[in-house]
Amino acid sequence: MAIVSRGFRGRPRAGGDRLPPGQYLVEDFPVLSAGPTPRVPTDRWEFAIDTEEGETHRWSWQEFMALPQERPAVDIHCVTRWSKLDTHWEGVSLDVLFEDVESAAEYALVHSYGGYTTNLPVEDLLDGKAWIVHRFDGEELAPVHGGPARLLVPHLYFWKSAKWVRGIRLLNEDWPGFWETAGYHEYGDPWREQRYEGD
Amino acid sequence: MERTPARRARWTAARLTGIRDETPTARTLRFSVPGWPGHLAGQHVDVRLTAEDGYSAQRSYSLAGPADGDTVELTVERVPDGEVSPYLTEIMEVGDEVELRGPVGGWFVWRPESAAPVLLVAGGSGVVPLMAMLRERRHAGSRVPFRLLYSLRGPDSRYYADELRRPDPGVDVTYLYTRGTPDPWPRPAGRVRLDDLAEGGWPSSFEPDCYVCGPTGFVETVADLLLTLGHAPERIRTERFGPTGG
Ligand SMILES: Cc1cc2nc3c(=O)[nH]c(=O)nc-3n(C[C@H](O)[C@H](O)[C@H](O)COP(=O)(O)OP(=O)(O)OC[C@H]3O[C@@H](n4cnc5c(N)ncnc54)[C@H](O)[C@@H]3O)c2cc1C
Repeated sequence: MAIVSRGFRGRPRAGGDRLPPGQYLVEDFPVLSAGPTPRVPTDRWEFAIDTEEGETHRWSWQEFMALPQERPAVDIHCVTRWSKLDTHWEGVSLDVLFEDVESAAEYALVHSYGGYTTNLPVEDLLDGKAWIVHRFDGEELAPVHGGPARLLVPHLYFWKSAKWVRGIRLLNEDWPGFWETAGYHEYGDPWREQRYEGD
Repeated sequence: MERTPARRARWTAARLTGIRDETPTARTLRFSVPGWPGHLAGQHVDVRLTAEDGYSAQRSYSLAGPADGDTVELTVERVPDGEVSPYLTEIMEVGDEVELRGPVGGWFVWRPESAAPVLLVAGGSGVVPLMAMLRERRHAGSRVPFRLLYSLRGPDSRYYADELRRPDPGVDVTYLYTRGTPDPWPRPAGRVRLDDLAEGGWPSSFEPDCYVCGPTGFVETVADLLLTLGHAPERIRTERFGPTGG
């Protein structure tokens, strides 16, 4: 049983059943990153998937933009407790990017310009659950929010949606990423409140 | 030697045992947390408030000082129309309880074994975890040189004013006022600029560890300026407190 803090009333509640436990709603778009914001010009941008067999699939910005685009509208949940409902993005489904990738690997290590990494199971990237997005709210994705392109995996806490994404390495063994080595949860399901290691 | 103290996944009761006003809008809260496992300078806790009807709200707050037995200190700025900070800064009284969980965060930390010079850049309440680093330095008897650049509205907004006024060998403190300065004052009021970091910081050739904390916009600006001055990205550690402000 939680301890009641004398005199605390809280705000009128909003969000209903779309808000995972311990989260609150925001209208703006907070920023969480561990260091400076990298600036990556699109003429030098590339995205790559490396398989466990050492095969690499690459896309330049032009090639990436020529792929079929989707417009997911999703709720996002940050481990620092804010959630934002109905966010609008545009980008390429990972199902499209994985189409010609032959791999039996179960784990993915996502890496970014600037050195950030995060890990997740490959199955969480597939079947319409994840995108590489380059537009937010009808505008080009700003660098502070991960532009030119970021991963979007809305069913996990938002640190898994790596900003400034550069590639995905497929691995037979799970390899912890940046926040995952700094005490955050391996998987990060907001509905099970998997914030920190051991939750 | 204790390195990263075990993180506590469980919520524990914390009783308010002392209050110190820092500014008209901020105060330091001292809590007694039986069984506190200790923490590193720079880490934060999650605070949970629960109302009579079971509704609860949670926010993160940095630990303001090094580990000291079962006592932890937070300094909280009242955000107008906020849900949690007005409770902590205006309503809560000694003897009241909240729940805490932590310590949290293994990246934005300073360890006294470290030998690199340190640059701390604070915007407003972002000074809190940086103060924990300064206090840890003193507590551990470290001689590593520290510089603190502290951007704030005016002289009345200073946290820890008496403590920062006291000379601490090896520590330089520079105030960068954004709205109003004491009279006379060498630097006109304004937001942090490249010159401030070039003059008040360390040359990048010294390879200092840089810790930047404050509102998101402030952290973005400072981190970019540090890159411009040639500091390596992996030496710039940031903590962003909130969506707005400067
Ligand atoms: C890792 C971490 C450490 C933190 N450490 C501290 C600390 O040591 N001391 C401290 O005072 N705060 C700290 N914060 C900020 C704190 O967690 C809360 O966000 C802040 O107290 C506001 O909460 P609230 O419930 O009062 O306001 P909310 O109800 O969350 O917000 C009310 C309104 O204020 C805006 N707002 C929210 N946060 C801020 C902000 N920081 N500045 C300006 N406007 C804001 C919101 O957008 C909203 O419009 C930290 C945040 C993080 C992520």
